[in-house]
Amino acid sequence: MSEQTDNPLRDAIQEAIDENPVILFMKGSPEAPACGFSARTVAILQSLGTRFAAVDILPDPRIRQELSAISNWPTIPQLFVDGELVGGCDIVTEMYQSGELAQTLGLEEPAVEAEAPQPAGMESAPLTIENRL
Amino acid sequence: MSATPEELKERIEAGIPGSVAEVTGDGHHFNAVVSAAAFNGLTRIAQHRLVYDVFGPEVGDRIHALSIQTKTAATEEAR
Repeated sequence: MSEQTDNPLRDAIQEAIDENPVILFMKGSPEAPACGFSARTVAILQSLGTRFAAVDILPDPRIRQELSAISNWPTIPQLFVDGELVGGCDIVTEMYQSGELAQTLGLEEPAVEAEAPQPAGMESAPLTIENRL
Repeated sequence: MSATPEELKERIEAGIPGSVAEVTGDGHHFNAVVSAAAFNGLTRIAQHRLVYDVFGPEVGDRIHALSIQTKTAATEEAR
């Protein structure tokens, strides 16, 4: 257990980052993204077939506030792998196109350089963490 | 007052010395392509943070969305 601060929400977010090897903070859910940037990031993760936890930051503005305080990153979505911020939609897209994202996720590089996929129907069911925030 | 691509370009270039920015946008959603020698040796995350830092809390607020592509400026044919 890492030490607790007097900020239970921040602790809960940090815990979610620590406990989930791949976690995406987004607007809406993977099934119903509420923003094009979140939708594109979800579509990329799904096209790589990786399992990821997702947290919707919309229900309470404090989630985003605390998340950005932890990550020092102003925008949503935010993808964390092994506790480290990988980036938002722009960086995830660039890394997907270069094959770096698959490496970061510990996957084999895709055989063919692909265009960023369009948000589409669900394939691999994403793991949704219990939203205690 | 809504932001303009020109304003963002000027502020990025002023905020990151030696940078060159190309900014497009509709007043709310912007796309910035920024080249700077200051990015050399930094991770993408750190490069993007330098750009976000120019605008602070305005990102997500007055500047609703800012897409960023960063490029390291060729270190002028290493003398």
